[in-house]
Amino acid sequence: MKRIKRDRKVRQFHQAKWDEPVIFELHRPGERGVIPPGTEAAVAGAVGSAEDSIPSSMRRSSAPALPEIGQAKVLRHYLRLSQETLGSDLNVEIGQGTCTMKYIPRINEMLIRNPRLTELHPLQDAGTVQGMLEIYHRLDLAMREISGMDAFSFQPSSGTQALLAMASIVRAYHDSRGEGDRRDEIITTIFSHPSQAATAAVKGYKIITLHPDEDGFPDLEKLKNAVSERTAGFVVANPEDTGIYNHRIREFTDVVHAAGGICYYDQANANGLLGITRAKEAGFDMCFFNLHKTFAAPHMCGGPATGALGVTEELKPFLPGPLVEREEGGRYVLKEQGDLSIGKVRSFHGVAQTVLRAYAWILSLGAEGLKDVAQIAVLNNNYLYHKILQIRGASAPYIKGRRLEQVRYSWKQLTDETGVTTEDITRRMCDFGLHYWTSHHPYIVPQPFTLEPTESYSKEDLDEYIRALEHISNEAYTNPDIVKTAPHNSTVHRNDESSLDDPKQWCITWRAYLKKTKAQLQGQK
Amino acid sequence: MAERTYAHPYIPNTVPEVRDAMLKEIGLTSLDQLHEAIPDGLKLKREMNLPPAMNEYELRRHIEGLLAKNKDGADYLNFIGAGCWQHFIPAVCDEINQRSEFVTAYAGEPYEDHGRFQALFEYQSLVAELVDMDVVNVPTFDWAQAASTSIRMAGRMTGRKTALLPRSVDPDKAAIIRNYCVPVMDIAYVEIDPATGKMDLDDLQSKLGPGVAAVYFENPGYLGIIEDRGAEISKLAHDAGAVSIVGVDPISLGVLEAPPRYGADIVCGDLQPLGMHMNYGGGQAGFIATRDEEKFVMEYPSRLFGIVPTEVEGEYGFGDVAYERTSFALREKGKESVGTQTALWGITAGVYLALLGPHGMKEVGSTIIQKSHYAAKKLAEIPGVALRFEGAFFKEFVVDFNATGLTVAEINRRLMEEGIFGGKDLSAGYPAWGQCALYCVTEIHTQSDLDRLAAAIRAIVGTSSTTRT
Repeated sequence: MKRIKRDRKVRQFHQAKWDEPVIFELHRPGERGVIPPGTEAAVAGAVGSAEDSIPSSMRRSSAPALPEIGQAKVLRHYLRLSQETLGSDLNVEIGQGTCTMKYIPRINEMLIRNPRLTELHPLQDAGTVQGMLEIYHRLDLAMREISGMDAFSFQPSSGTQALLAMASIVRAYHDSRGEGDRRDEIITTIFSHPSQAATAAVKGYKIITLHPDEDGFPDLEKLKNAVSERTAGFVVANPEDTGIYNHRIREFTDVVHAAGGICYYDQANANGLLGITRAKEAGFDMCFFNLHKTFAAPHMCGGPATGALGVTEELKPFLPGPLVEREEGGRYVLKEQGDLSIGKVRSFHGVAQTVLRAYAWILSLGAEGLKDVAQIAVLNNNYLYHKILQIRGASAPYIKGRRLEQVRYSWKQLTDETGVTTEDITRRMCDFGLHYWTSHHPYIVPQPFTLEPTESYSKEDLDEYIRALEHISNEAYTNPDIVKTAPHNSTVHRNDESSLDDPKQWCITWRAYLKKTKAQLQGQK
Repeated sequence: MAERTYAHPYIPNTVPEVRDAMLKEIGLTSLDQLHEAIPDGLKLKREMNLPPAMNEYELRRHIEGLLAKNKDGADYLNFIGAGCWQHFIPAVCDEINQRSEFVTAYAGEPYEDHGRFQALFEYQSLVAELVDMDVVNVPTFDWAQAASTSIRMAGRMTGRKTALLPRSVDPDKAAIIRNYCVPVMDIAYVEIDPATGKMDLDDLQSKLGPGVAAVYFENPGYLGIIEDRGAEISKLAHDAGAVSIVGVDPISLGVLEAPPRYGADIVCGDLQPLGMHMNYGGGQAGFIATRDEEKFVMEYPSRLFGIVPTEVEGEYGFGDVAYERTSFALREKGKESVGTQTALWGITAGVYLALLGPHGMKEVGSTIIQKSHYAAKKLAEIPGVALRFEGAFFKEFVVDFNATGLTVAEINRRLMEEGIFGGKDLSAGYPAWGQCALYCVTEIHTQSDLDRLAAAIRAIVGTSSTTRT
C-alpha cells in the first residue's frame, strides 16, 4: 500500500456546486409536493363549498403562480442549497468577530425538537406548561447571577430588538418622571454595534456618537462634554469591537448617572466576561445577552433568536410583559406587567426554543465551566492576536495588548503595498472553506478585519485559520491577481453587482427578474 | 477550587498541556493574567452561584423531565389561535430547517452561503406570488413587527404622522405597534360595526385627514372576520393621500383575494402558518411586500436579496439590494434598524409554498373555511351559544356564551377536564362583549374532533340535548 502524503499547509477545499435552478424552473404542471388534510364529505355536505362562504369581492380571482413540483424534487433542491451553505458546524468560524458563533451542542438541538415544546400554544393554560415556565424561570435566575441584574425578560428576539426594548424603557422611565420630552439624546460610541444608534433613533432620540482616544479607549472627557440635562441614556459595549476593555467604565456610568441618564450595556457578546465581571458592578442599569451568541444557540441564517434583557429592580416595572414568576408552593405563573411597562416588543413569550437551549448550555457548564469559557475565549484570542501580528501586512491599531475576546485588525500595510483589499481577502478565504468578516460601517480602522475565536476552537483549528491568512498574505505579495479574482473554489464566481443599487435593474423576486429581462429573452429568440 | 482533570467537551483548549503551551507562546504564566485589563474592583471575587454542571445524559434526563410537565397539542384538542395557529406541517419543512448548514449559518458572503441567499431569494419570490407583489423582504420578527415597520415606512413616504388601525386589532399586536411607533408617530383607532365586526367606514372617513400616513386593516382580522370592503377602504385612504396597508394570514391566500387587487400598497403578515410549529410562540415570523417602486424599496429597513449575474455566463448569483439604506451601512441614519430576525422561518415558508403549490394552497384554504364553518354551525346550534358576528370569516370566529350564564373561564376549565383547550377568552380584552371566546379551527381538525368539541360544550352549558348532533 502506498503511504499517502498529507503535507499541505492549507486545506484543498471546494464548496459544493450543484448549478441549481431557481425553484420556479422546476415547475411541471400537475406535479404535487404534498396533499394537505382535506374536508370530510359530511362536513362539506353540512356547510357547502368554501367559495360560497367567501364574499364575491374577496374570492381569489386568479390562482397564485406558485410552481408545481413533486416532493422528491423539492427536497433535493433544498438539500442542495443547504450543501451550498457554509454553516458554522462545517468551518472554523472565527471570522465573524463581534458575533462569532461557538459550538452548537447537538444535545440542545435534539431537546428542542421535543413535541412538548414544539406543539405548545403560547396561550394555553399556564397549568399545562409548568415545565416550560420553569425553564424560563431557571434561566432568569442564572442570568441574574451572571449579570447582577434583578429581573430578565426573554421576549426580545434578537440583540437589535433588545436594544429597541432598552431604548423604549429609557423613554418610559423619563416619561414617568415628566422628563420624557426634555431628555432627547442618547450617547453611544463608534465602536459599538450600529443597532445601538439605530434603535435609539427609532424611538425618536438624537444620537451622539463618541470617537475613541488614540489608544482606542472611549474618551471620558468627550463623554463629560456630551452629557447634559438632555441626556436620556448611554449605551455601550465593553469590550467594544476592538476587543479593548474600557477599564474606566465605572467612571463613565457615574458621569451619566450624575447627569440623570440611564446606562445600558450591550452584552450581546459576553464571551470574555462570564464569571469574571458583571454589568451590575460596572454601574449599568440594564444589559442584554444574545442567547444565540454567548449562550450557544445557533444563528439559523439570521434568527429566530433571543436578546435576554436584564434590568435592576428600579426598572423592572418598565419591562415588557408578561414575566414568569414562581409562586409560593412552586407554581409558575405568567404575570402581566403594570401601567409603567413599555407593553410588548414581540408576540407572546419570545423564542422558547432558544430559551431552552441557553438553559441547557449553562447546565452543561456550571459556574466553573462558564469561567473556563471566558478564560479560554480570551486565551484563544490572545494566541490568535500574537500570531496574526506576525503576518506580513497585518496590524492591530490602538493600544498594544489588553485585548479580551476579539480584535479588530487592519490590512492597511498590505493594501498599500500590494493593492489587495480586505474585501478581496474575504472572497479568497472562501476558497479555503473559511468565513472572514471585515467590520461594521463606517470603516474607522482602515482595511479592517475582525476575528473572534471563542472558546470552541482547538489550537489546531486556530492554526489552520492563521495558515490560510499567511498563505493569502504571501499570495498578495507574490501573485495578487489570484486574491483579487477570488473566489475560485466556491459555488459561484464573483457577482456582477452593478444592478443591486439601480431601481431599473434590481430584481428582488423571480417575477421581477422575469419582467425586467423579458425583452432580452425575446431578442434571443 | 480543584483544577479540572479532564477537558470540557465543548472547550478543547481546556486540555492542560495545550492551555499551558498557548499561555507560554503569548508570554503569560497563568490564566488570571488574561483579564488584567479589568480593574480588581470590578472583578467577581467568588464563584457564581449556579447549579452544578451536568454531563450530556444527566442534562437530557433533567430537561426531558421538565418538558414532561407540559401538555401539548397531542394531549389536548386545541382550539386556541389568536396569532399562533396549529396547522399541518409537511415533514420536508422540518427536514430542511433542521439541516446543520442552515441551522448554524449566519453572516456568510454570497460565495460561501450561496445556498442561504438563494433559499431566501426563493422565499421572497414565492411569497411574492402569493400576495401578488414584486418585492418581499427577508423576514422580520412577527406580524406585529411587520405591521409596525409598514406603518413607519408609510410615515416616511408621506411625511405624515398618524396611522389608523381598526379597533378590532389584536391588543397585544397593538401594544407592539404602539411601542415601536410612539413617539415618532401616533396611533389612532377606527371603530368597528358592532354587528359585523368590520370597519366603520363613516368613522374612517371622519378620521382621515392631512395628517394620516396610513390606514391599516387585516384580512382575515384578529377576530377571523373577512373585510370585504377593502377596495373602498383603500380608495378612502388614497383619496386622503394615505397609504393602504393590509395585514394577512398567508394561509388564506389560496382562496382569498390578493390584497393589491383591492388597493393595498403594502402587504404584511405572519409566516408561522406556512410550515412552522407553534413552539410556544417561537415560530412567528413577519413579512412585508410592496410594489417594485423605488419609493417603497428605499424605505425598507430589512435586507432584500436580489438575483444577479456573475462573471461566468450561466451562473446565478445573489446579493443585497440597496444595502446603503440599512442601519448596517448608515447606523442611525439608516431606515429603522436591521439585524438578526427570523431567516430560518423564511426559508421554511418557501419550502412550504413550493410543496403545496397553487392547488395545495387552494385546498388548504378551502378546508379551513369548511371546517371552521362546520364548527361554528355546530356550536351555534347549542342553546345559549351564538356567534358574536354575522358575516364571512376565515379560520377563527367569536363565540358568544353570554346567554349560557357561564363565564368563558369556567367553560374553558371544564373543557380542559375533557382534554380540550377552548378558544381564547376575550372577556378581559373586550369587556363590552361580556363572555366571548375566539375559536380557531384549521385543516388539522377532523369532523370527530369538532363533534367532540360541540358535544363537550353542550354538556357543559347544561342544556338537555333536544337537537341531535
